[in-house]
Amino acid sequence: MIDFDGVGLSYGEKPVLAGVTLHAAPGDRVALMGPSGCGKTSLLRLAAGLVRPTAGTVTCRAKRLSYAFQEPRLMPWLTAAENVAAGLDGGAAAMPDALRWLEAVGLAGAADTMPRELSGGMAQRVNLARALAREGDLLLLDEPLKELDKALREDILSLLDRCAVGRTLLVTTHDAHVARALAERVYTFRDGTFQLEQDI
Amino acid sequence: MKGWRLPAKRILAPAFWLGAWALLAMAVDRELLLPGPLAVARRLVALAGKGGFWRITAVSLLRILCGTALGILGGVLLAAGTNRSKLLEALFSPLLAVIQATPVASFILLVLIWVGRDILPCVIVFLMVLPVVWSNVSAGLRSADEGLLELARVCGFSRWKTTKLIYVPSVAPYFLSACRACLGLAWKSGVAAEVLTVPARSIGRELYEAKLYLNTADLFAWTAVVVLCSLVIENILDAAIAQAGRHRRMGGGEA
Repeated sequence: MIDFDGVGLSYGEKPVLAGVTLHAAPGDRVALMGPSGCGKTSLLRLAAGLVRPTAGTVTCRAKRLSYAFQEPRLMPWLTAAENVAAGLDGGAAAMPDALRWLEAVGLAGAADTMPRELSGGMAQRVNLARALAREGDLLLLDEPLKELDKALREDILSLLDRCAVGRTLLVTTHDAHVARALAERVYTFRDGTFQLEQDI
Repeated sequence: MKGWRLPAKRILAPAFWLGAWALLAMAVDRELLLPGPLAVARRLVALAGKGGFWRITAVSLLRILCGTALGILGGVLLAAGTNRSKLLEALFSPLLAVIQATPVASFILLVLIWVGRDILPCVIVFLMVLPVVWSNVSAGLRSADEGLLELARVCGFSRWKTTKLIYVPSVAPYFLSACRACLGLAWKSGVAAEVLTVPARSIGRELYEAKLYLNTADLFAWTAVVVLCSLVIENILDAAIAQAGRHRRMGGGEA
């Protein structure tokens, strides 16, 4: 589904990634762990085609992407439900699906709420609902539980686990528990690159 | 104290300045130099009773609104083009900077060589409005959130969907601010063009003739017509913006 072969990435003079080789077949679930700024998000951006590698190649064979960015990126002029529906095809016809996904993340009552009225955790759940609603064959989750209350983390983790079944998943996290719960393979940033940590 | 703010702004402040004007006119005591507000109002009522008044006002209004509409349309299209193409931006930026810096009187006299006096005010308004709308809409397009544009790419938005969901809402405040600024500019430049070229059936011609025959009350009355027209259009624009906002809040702008 996605192959990183000797991938390097620099922003100007600043190297972000070097020599990353990682392969994910359809249905594989991969977690990327490491400290802030080590290039986890950059790997997801490379996978989504938002940036091009400065060395090596990225080959993505996904037909449809589901990408939950680290920050919610909600359109401030749309309600929560409209933000979810915006990620789908079909315009107004997508609204029932959007409402269903909002309910799945526990925000059924916030469908008509504007993003400025949402807490950080609620906005993050709308972000996740928008990504999951797309039902892409490649699921890219960047710190999916960021800003979520402890009480909600397990529910959302369980939802993400169910949604990832049969799809290729690339998830970044600081949390080893999240990595183990969602992924079969965990890559950790060590000695300047991502190395396979363990098979679960 | 808050309850006083609205009446103070809407009624008391204009009343104060009308009173000051009346007192000054009484002190000067020569209608030729400074007619009072009552004299101007009487003249305005008398003018409004004549059939020609409404026709003159309508023709000037039409010229200015046509120039404004064309300037807004041209400014938006140009901004869309220069936002997409560096070449277009490099080509048009200096031209628009020159247009913005050129005195309106120079334009009026220059353009008079090329076009008839009846459509000249329309062309002048177009030239004055175009760079203002272009620069504002360009700023709005540049302000579009890069994160949302990336989201659009990831979600595979069509160009139309990206424009509708991201660019239009990002540009809207800039565009509306440009429209409000342009209304005043359009009336000032349009009437100035009419005064300098005196086309038939125009407020500018009436102002010119009032000045020529030292008919100061008429000069004030026609100026009041310009101010009133500008205020009415500004209020219509404000009402349209408020209506659009209400429509949006009631869910009229679905994704």
